Amino acid sequence: MDNIKVKVENLSKIFGPNPETIIEKVKSGISKEKILEETGYTVGVADVSFEVKEREIFVIMGLSGSGKSTLIRCLNLLNLPTDGKIYVDNEDIAKFNKEKLRQYRQNKAAMVFQHFGLMTHKSVIGNVVFGLEVKGVSQEQSYNKAKKILSSVGLEGWENKMPGELSGGMQQRVGLARALANDPDILLMDEPFSALDPLIRREMQSELIEIESKLKKTIIFITHDINEAFQLGDRVAVMKDGKIVQVGTPEEIISSPANEYIENFVKDMDRSKVMQAGSIMFEPKALITIDQGLKEAVDVMKENGISSVFVVDNKQMLQGIVTIDDTIRALKENKSVEDILRHDYHATPPDTYVDDLIPKAIENKFPIAVISENNKLLGLIVRVSVLAGLV
Amino acid sequence: MFDFPSFITFDLGQYVENLIMWLLDNFGDFFDAVSKGILWFMVNVKAFLLWLPWWLVLVIVAVLALRLRNVLSAVVFTLLLFLIGTFGLWDQMMQTLAVVLTAVIISLVLGVPLGILTAYNSRVETIMKPVLDAMQTMPSFVYLIPAMMLFGLGMVPAVFATIIYAIPPVIRLTDLGISSVSKDMVEAANSFGVSTWQLLTKVQLPQALPTIMTGINQTTMMALAMVVIASMIGAKGLGLEVLISINRIDIARGFESGIGVVILAVIIDRLSQGIANRYRYTE
Ligand SMILES: Nc1ncnc2c1ncn2[C@@H]1O[C@H](COP(=O)(O)OP(=O)(O)OP(=O)(O)O)[C@@H](O)[C@H]1O
Ligand SMILES: [Mg+2]
Repeated sequence: MDNIKVKVENLSKIFGPNPETIIEKVKSGISKEKILEETGYTVGVADVSFEVKEREIFVIMGLSGSGKSTLIRCLNLLNLPTDGKIYVDNEDIAKFNKEKLRQYRQNKAAMVFQHFGLMTHKSVIGNVVFGLEVKGVSQEQSYNKAKKILSSVGLEGWENKMPGELSGGMQQRVGLARALANDPDILLMDEPFSALDPLIRREMQSELIEIESKLKKTIIFITHDINEAFQLGDRVAVMKDGKIVQVGTPEEIISSPANEYIENFVKDMDRSKVMQAGSIMFEPKALITIDQGLKEAVDVMKENGISSVFVVDNKQMLQGIVTIDDTIRALKENKSVEDILRHDYHATPPDTYVDDLIPKAIENKFPIAVISENNKLLGLIVRVSVLAGLV
Repeated sequence: MFDFPSFITFDLGQYVENLIMWLLDNFGDFFDAVSKGILWFMVNVKAFLLWLPWWLVLVIVAVLALRLRNVLSAVVFTLLLFLIGTFGLWDQMMQTLAVVLTAVIISLVLGVPLGILTAYNSRVETIMKPVLDAMQTMPSFVYLIPAMMLFGLGMVPAVFATIIYAIPPVIRLTDLGISSVSKDMVEAANSFGVSTWQLLTKVQLPQALPTIMTGINQTTMMALAMVVIASMIGAKGLGLEVLISINRIDIARGFESGIGVVILAVIIDRLSQGIANRYRYTE
């Protein structure tokens, strides 16, 4: 799992007539702005190093013009690096000759584009078999494969339509299917969802996560949207002016931003989309076990100033909840805790995004219970801490 | 005082004639071979066209018009062609068509690759652009002279002049079609590791096809216009009829053959435009 798939060392890409002459300036750390002013050269990527592990989703995030596209396009040599090394499976791809480069593009790294890049003269399935056709795979084989992949991205029955007849979201599915058909180790995705509207975008994001969990590709994903970055990324690199300012897991970046720039970035972010139930729950102090009496239940609630309390068994398995009203009534009627157990609270696993808990918090008056797979109570989330994020 | 001084003379014509003679002396075999090739090709096309039964031609045109346009066109085109037959100009029309077809086919065989080359190579482009501009600004008449000088009189120089006159649109529009293929698409293709040949045949040519088709339509129309003029150096067919009528001031014959040319032009134009329109893609 922790094998290094892609290793980038001191990569620079400079645009201009003789970019090699500027490389020393870039390496000495002079800013992109100053170099443009002094020399007229545009620095796309400035002395960048990072590693991408096998089968992870590595997100590169940054504002427009920060060099994200320039960087990802170096990874399949659509841009020739001015300087530096790019190792993929320990081979320096910048040294590839024409033939090896074609092999690499055909077999190892496939790209998904922001504006889809579909061939308007080919049908949907014609587009999906394109990469296989280029490789010389037989027609029958490639069409069979394309059909399977199309149905796995939810485009069954659309095979013979032309791309122009499809909505943006569907066109990008075709783009994704085309890349997947080649069975690449690495998917290079340059803002693949940026052109889509928010609802479709979320749908595509969760689909990508699903595909990733099935196919286990190494994905390098570009976005300018911090929410998208933190939702998808196992690790995220933040770019600014051609440099990488910080690399880390979303949690690392949120909890310890490397500098003010990133801090500002993180402020912009909608935390509810990154924070998971597990990270905002608190330890349940007030609990009763199922074999305790009603009287004890009343005492616990009184002590803690609450109007309901969760009930567990002696293995901490969640049994239900009781309210103060029910408990007092039951006391008069000589019933037990078991008789008045209620189940109309919401329970959730710890990796649910807070964002998804908002509707539950609105419609439910009890705290949200965080439980493990085998129903063990891990913690509680008070509604206030979910809804507070809304304002 | 007002007359050009007669003692200043420059016999340019003499030098050009010498050059042509030199060319013919040294490359005679080449011109012979070209001449024979063109002639052989055209004779076969003509033989085929004249072999076709007249009613079959009507049926073919009707079917094409029906598929590419509509019922009305099919009916009108068939009637118009029938009309040419009733003028007694059927064979002449087929002869004209044979020269046009020959010239167009040769223009395509030469023009499409030249257009591709122009799109791919900026040096070729800098040469090709002014040459094409010059070719299109020159009056069609002028082409008769070099054709005649190299090939004498007859069908071959007529075809040759027609090709020179009609080839620019195919070259130009092939170039245009290929250069204006969306960058996104070319890039996507490259990201899948295409070879130059695959890029050309799987992406650029299919994308350029609608534009190339427009070029073919224009080339065909220009060829038809030229064939009429090329009758002056020996192209048989409707053009020759027009020429003879002018020389004899024969209004009736002139009118009939003139109408014949117009009818042929309209039908060829509409049908080839119909084909071109078939190749448009929705974005
Ligand atoms: N072909 C090129 N020629 C010259 N400069 C370029 C070229 N491509 C990119 N640049 C410059 O490189 C810098 C980085 O551009 P890049 O497209 O990589 O940014 P980006 O982060 O992808 O932005 P966006 O979010 O807008 O796509 C910009 O300053 C841009 O002007
Ligand atoms: Mg970009």
